[in-house]
Formats: sequence, structure tokens, C-alpha cells
Amino acid sequence: MSAFLRVAWLVLRKDLVVEMRSLEIVSTSLFFAVSCVLFFAVAFVQEGRPMEGAAAGILWIAVAFAGTLALGRTFERERQSETLRALLLAPADRPALYVGKLIGIVALLAVAEVVLLPLIAYLFQAPLLRTPLWMAAVLVSGTIGYCAVGTLFAAMLVRARSRDVLLPILLYPITIPVIIAGVRATAALLEAQPDLEVVRFWLSLIAAYDVVFITIALWSFEPLMTD
Amino acid sequence: MIEFDSLSVEDLSRHFGRRRALSHVTFRAEAGSILGLLGPNGAGKSTLLAILATLLQPTSGLVRYGSLAVSGEGDGSVGAATRNPALRARIGMLGHDLFLYPELSARENLAFFAALYGAPDAQASATRALERAALSDRGDDPVGSFSRGMRQRVALERALIHDPRLLLLDEPFTGLDDRSVAVLTARLRELRAEGRIVLLATHDLDLAEGLFDQAIFVRDGRLVETARQPQALRTMYQSVMGKGRA
Repeated sequence: MSAFLRVAWLVLRKDLVVEMRSLEIVSTSLFFAVSCVLFFAVAFVQEGRPMEGAAAGILWIAVAFAGTLALGRTFERERQSETLRALLLAPADRPALYVGKLIGIVALLAVAEVVLLPLIAYLFQAPLLRTPLWMAAVLVSGTIGYCAVGTLFAAMLVRARSRDVLLPILLYPITIPVIIAGVRATAALLEAQPDLEVVRFWLSLIAAYDVVFITIALWSFEPLMTD
Repeated sequence: MIEFDSLSVEDLSRHFGRRRALSHVTFRAEAGSILGLLGPNGAGKSTLLAILATLLQPTSGLVRYGSLAVSGEGDGSVGAATRNPALRARIGMLGHDLFLYPELSARENLAFFAALYGAPDAQASATRALERAALSDRGDDPVGSFSRGMRQRVALERALIHDPRLLLLDEPFTGLDDRSVAVLTARLRELRAEGRIVLLATHDLDLAEGLFDQAIFVRDGRLVETARQPQALRTMYQSVMGKGRA
């Protein structure tokens, strides 16, 4: 295994072990996401009939909100004992630290998504699980794009006093393209006959977004974190 | 592997916007010595340690790790230190916060950092570190359940897990009881005897009495005095810091 991947794996494994011990991020982000879906269900489901086309948007809103919470918390944990400094002091490729963190957050959000999908499918009578592979591709690629930007911003803001306020303010405008693409791809999958051409188009857009922002993050992580 | 027997700081300055955190600081530390960095809160001690640890770039001036010179902005080597993994591999740092994950056990913390520093057998490194910290019997307990003194011992061994040449300590005596201070002081003397360069920033003058081979006094980002084999630290500190005041 290359040194880069070894470091990313070490950080990922450490983050997952810490999370398994505390269950802090999974439980809070899941609670928040489920609450969000339930509020929307109360508003948009009238007499057992949901508003048409709402499910896709609600899924991505819940993912975005839960993601913001998870991103803030995962770096708050590194700030509390200044362990981020210890990570930066190690003679490791610093972008590998970013990659480890990114995969960890995506994994934690995936847990929330596994719960959200059947919940939204049930409450909004939406066939979210009819094409599971396509749905997984849209969700995973969209979550990676969202977290790629979010991980970089959360790391940058870790020493900022008003980081909890600044993170969503910075994150949401930049991730609007990936959220819109995710909503449109999901909506295309929920049609009576899933429109795979449309899904492919939006998926390719998300993939391009992922590549661009992961590249920017890998390039800028080290200078942003060391001064 | 980078080897060095001395650390030289030459005319080092660091500004944060218009605020001057360090201004034209110059000193030298040799292998096998403990250098005390003394000054009140906000004097610039932590900024200096962060620059020496390569976490911050100097605005101007030079740091020499033996023959390896690292300069501030304005010449071609900007970022040379902050992006030099080989140099980082020779530096250990113990901050005021202990750089440990409270949810992980002492062994897991030490093994994680040993692996991060590329130790061939991270578990064996962690076991040896636990023995040095006299915590082998508590190695599998979460660090969050430890007393401040025990956490400090683990943190010090974490900073030493990769056998660094330069050890930077920021307020290591904070919150320690007398026994823990004695243990830490004895360990620092061992490190000096092993030939390491130790820099220790503190304002706990009574606890550091007799420990330093050299002390530098910093106030408002400026080096105001250097003393070799300092004795009666508190009196000296009051005398030095009182100069130019009033």
C-alpha cells in the first residue's frame, strides 16, 4: 500500500473507531435528518397523499443538513484536544489526512442515508428503492461532492470562533450545483418510467463536480492548514 | 533522515496581519540541553514553538535545524519547512492540549501516532512507550478516564514515539500535581542526557527551577534577555520583565 493510502486508511480507521465508541455523529445527524423528514411529512402529506415530486428534494435537504452537522462535529473533535495539530505535525502527506477524513464523513452519512431512504419511501410513497443501484450511484456521488467541499471548509474553519455559523454559509452556495443535480437525478429515478438518460446526464455532472472539487481540495489542503 | 545537533533562530519575526506576534528573535540551542522559553501569556511563546514545529511560516528571519536553513516569506524557500515531511519526522511536540483522542485507549493513541510516523511495528512501539510512561497496566483504558498527570505521561511518549531530535513543550506543567511534575522533570533530564534538543515554554517558574541550561525571556514578541544556567528563576524573571516597564 502506498504511503498516501496508508495514511488515509489510518485516519479513516481511527475516525470510525472513535465514532463507534461515542456514536456521537451518527446519532445526532441521524436524529436531525429523521426529524427533518418527519416535519416535511407533516407539511407535505395531506390525507395520506404526499405532494408530487417532493420526495427527491426532501431526501437531499435531509442529507445536506445532516452532512453539515457531521462535518462540523468531526473537526470539532479534532479541535478539542488539538489533535489536528498532531496530525499536521506527522511526516505524512497532508492531503492524505483530507482523504481519510472525507471517506470517514461519507461513510457516516451513508449510514444516515440507509435509514432515510426507506423512511422517505414509506412516508412519501416514493419508489426510492425500485432502482437501488442507480439510487446508490446518485446518492454516493452526490454525497462525495458535498463532503469534498464540506471537509475542506470544516478543516479551514476549525480555529474560527464562529465556525458553526460560517460552515453552512460557505458550504451551501458552493454545493448548490451538486444538490440540484442530486435532486434532478433522484426525481428522474422516481418517475413512473425512470428516465435513465436524464439520470446519466445529472450523474455525469455530479462526477465532474466531484473531480473538480476533490482536485482543488487536495491541492489547497496543505497550504490552507499550515498558515 | 535529517540529523542536526543545534537549532538556531536568527532575526525571526511573525506578523498576523498588523499584529506583531514575534519580532526579530535570535537564539541558539544545542543538543543535550534544555532551553526555557519564559514570558507572560501572549508574549509569543506558542507562536515561536509553532514556527519551530513547522506549523507556521515565519514572516521573516531564519530557522536553522543544523545545516538545514528555513527562511520566511520573501525568498524562494517559502513553505520549505511547513511542507518538509523529513524535517517534521525529527520534531516532536507536546502542546498545552495533549494531542490525544480521549475515546481511544492509551495503546490505541500511541499505536495510531506510531503508524502515522511510519513505525514498522506500531503495536510494539506503543508497548515500549507505555512501559516508559509506567502505564502498561492501564494501556487498554480510554485516555479520557486518565488523570491529568497520566494523560501528560502518555502525551509526552506520543511526542517521543518517533524518536525526535527536537522536542517542543508548551506549558507542560499545567494542571500537574507534585508527583507528576517530578516524573516529568526526571523524564526531561533523561531526554537531555540522550542528547536531544528540548525547548520548554512555561510560566511555572518555580516548577522549572534548576531544569534549564539556558533561558530566554520573551515579552511582547521580543526577546528581552538570555541567561545561561539560570538560577533563582522567579527573581530573574521579575527583574528582566520589569526592565523598561513603568
